[in-house]
Amino acid sequence: MKAKGVIGVFIAWVLIYVIFMFLIWHFKPSQEPFLNPGNLELMMRQGVIVGLGAIGMSYVIMTGGIDLSPGSTIALTTVVVALVLKATNNPILGIGVSVLVGLIAGLINGILVAKLKVGPFIVTLASMLIFRGAAKGFANEQTVGSVPDTWLQVFTASLAKSERWQLIPKGAWVWVILLILMTVILHRTVFGRNVVAIGSNEKTARLCGINVNAVKIGVYAICGVFAGIAGLMQVSRVQIGDPTIAAGDELKMIAAVVIGGGSLLGGEGNLIGAAIGTLIMTTINMGSTQLGISNWIQEIVTGLIIVVAVALDRYRMTRPAKIASA
Amino acid sequence: MLEAQGIHKSYGLTKALINVSLQICPGEVLAIAGENGSGKSTLMRILSGEETQDEGQLMLDEHAYHPKNPQEALSRGVSLVHQELALCPHMTVAENIYLGQMGKGGFSPKEAEKLARPILESLGYQDLDPAKLVRDLSISLQQVVEIARTQAINSQYVLLDEPTSSLTKSDIRNLFDLIKRLKSQGKAIVYISHFLDELREIADRIAILRDGELIHQGLMSSVSESEIIHHMVGRDMTELFPRSERHVGIALLEVDHLTGANRKPNNSTFKLHRGEVCGIAGLNGAGRTELLRSIFSLNEVQSGKIQVGSSSPTSIRNAWQLGAGFVSEDRKEEGLALSMSIAENLTFPGRKGWKFSTSKNEKVAQEFSTKLRVKARTVQQNISELSGGNQQKVAIARLLHSGCEVLILDEPTRGIDIGSKAEIYELIDGLAKDGKAVLIVSSYLPELLGICDRIAVMSRGVLSEFVPVAETSQEKLMELCVTS
Repeated sequence: MKAKGVIGVFIAWVLIYVIFMFLIWHFKPSQEPFLNPGNLELMMRQGVIVGLGAIGMSYVIMTGGIDLSPGSTIALTTVVVALVLKATNNPILGIGVSVLVGLIAGLINGILVAKLKVGPFIVTLASMLIFRGAAKGFANEQTVGSVPDTWLQVFTASLAKSERWQLIPKGAWVWVILLILMTVILHRTVFGRNVVAIGSNEKTARLCGINVNAVKIGVYAICGVFAGIAGLMQVSRVQIGDPTIAAGDELKMIAAVVIGGGSLLGGEGNLIGAAIGTLIMTTINMGSTQLGISNWIQEIVTGLIIVVAVALDRYRMTRPAKIASA
Repeated sequence: MLEAQGIHKSYGLTKALINVSLQICPGEVLAIAGENGSGKSTLMRILSGEETQDEGQLMLDEHAYHPKNPQEALSRGVSLVHQELALCPHMTVAENIYLGQMGKGGFSPKEAEKLARPILESLGYQDLDPAKLVRDLSISLQQVVEIARTQAINSQYVLLDEPTSSLTKSDIRNLFDLIKRLKSQGKAIVYISHFLDELREIADRIAILRDGELIHQGLMSSVSESEIIHHMVGRDMTELFPRSERHVGIALLEVDHLTGANRKPNNSTFKLHRGEVCGIAGLNGAGRTELLRSIFSLNEVQSGKIQVGSSSPTSIRNAWQLGAGFVSEDRKEEGLALSMSIAENLTFPGRKGWKFSTSKNEKVAQEFSTKLRVKARTVQQNISELSGGNQQKVAIARLLHSGCEVLILDEPTRGIDIGSKAEIYELIDGLAKDGKAVLIVSSYLPELLGICDRIAVMSRGVLSEFVPVAETSQEKLMELCVTS
């Protein structure tokens, strides 16, 4: 059933892609066809930030939680990484710092959610503001520019002719590898199963001796770390630390998870689906831009896709249930 | 008269109802008995327009009656009150009674309250304020609101599906008074319940279903309890409680002066030994569940000591590790993760290490599922698709998989069919024979007397001495329950 869900989302993505292929062939015959290596590369480069964030977001949503802070965490990470790179010119340190900033932000969220018991929406709404404010404070309310050139840039750089065999940028490979790793963790470790169990029924999880608080702190920490890595990709792409960037990215991540078959009630969802959900949104964005469609139409289309995805998912869920009730 | 003639209904290959004919007459209470899955609920859904039969006729007062949806059934005077109440907790009693019935245009809360008052009065609840919010009412009063709703549209036929499953003894009395009142007003009541003593008290006639067929229909006074059970399960009552030879050994669970929040439990002390089944009787709210939950670290312990084997559990996880296991009274809310598979549910507490293999997990789950005779297609199946009895078997199998020596069971047979009950009694007996220790809370005294070696009574947080089952009786226990 889970595999079927992913296939459904994949087919939807292919359909959307084909529609854009047709539209561009029809209306912009002078342009390169929509399906070309450059576009695939562009799509991955555009999708990688939200896509990485959506991995962590999937874990949080799987437990029945929500995290509104990753956008701010990304911004905070870009600022801190930019400052560190300027001070040390050490890309390894830059990577370490991005993970660390994300981890700390995530742990703060997790501990507050687990201990305060006021609900993750409120906790992360607050931390969204706090992290954003912190980013602006560290950056003196301006962008942190003139970051030295380092090999971090290769993550999101276009592939040179000689590198075409790599298919997608290196940052996208990081995304793919982490996606596989986190999928395996979800299905093949007791921790991963506990994440799903808590989302399915937290009381049962508690009754069965699962350390609910520890798992919750864990998923918010994971979400933070992935926001941190996404922040690193952001720095790699634009070479600045920008405290105002990525505002609203958390909503795109949530949308990706939902399009991918995740339920905000917890207990279900899958990372591959969320990744394809990210690509669907990126495809619409890229296709519309190349067609010259205004931004407002893109946003409406993306919104409609979310509604359709959820409606289809509902339909899929209610049908077998009816047979089962016999 | 509401009449069903030769009703058939299938879901895929499953035959839910086979040639069922039944009369429901004004001014009488008809009991419908049967195990879970015997077709009671399907029949109710057909009568109330939620489902349509495949074959057969429904007649209402000599006219054809084929409701396409619940609204049509309501307009013809047939209402179904579900086990799970369907009320809006944030709205008033009057608003709930007239939900969907206030017509178009403006809505005046005062008007609704004025209309609701005589209806509540006719049910004997003149003191219930129609302006009160439903969420502030007890479960039993919420049920009254739901029944009042059927009378607001003047239903002649009121179908009650397991109305007492979450009521206390005194609430049940009040409900019975209400039913008698409706009956004296010439209404027909259909009453579904697992509790045979209730059926005996309230019903005039009884219809018994087994595997979708109507096995027996007749006057309540002309069938004995054991005949009813025989009709329901196709076997006799005496086979229900097996008792192998049990060898009592060392104490596995020691509870010493245990006091919890709100003095529930209040200073309880007892020992549970290897090879022994101990039961705790008492009224709802006496603190039995709280006692079990405090023992298992699910509730706060204010003072006292708990020892499982030779050490005191420090957390729920630790309690499992020490060999204690707990089955919750609330299967759906707490006992099981309903959106997950049988295999997953079965192994939550017993998982070792950090790695998880789906195939190995399913293999071991299959082993326990077979051992406990869980009726399911595969262990990958979603647990919500199983009947209550089979769900409960999985909840108990979890304890066996985790290697528990001390089994703490809170109302393990609540709301499950007699066939599954018999299997669970057999299982508990087998566990005691194998030298496990079982502590069980139940509100059903015949069951405690049937399976336990020693029984205590909990009353207002205070636990009595455990007495051997031979030295007590249903009457003695009941007396202890209601005195303090």
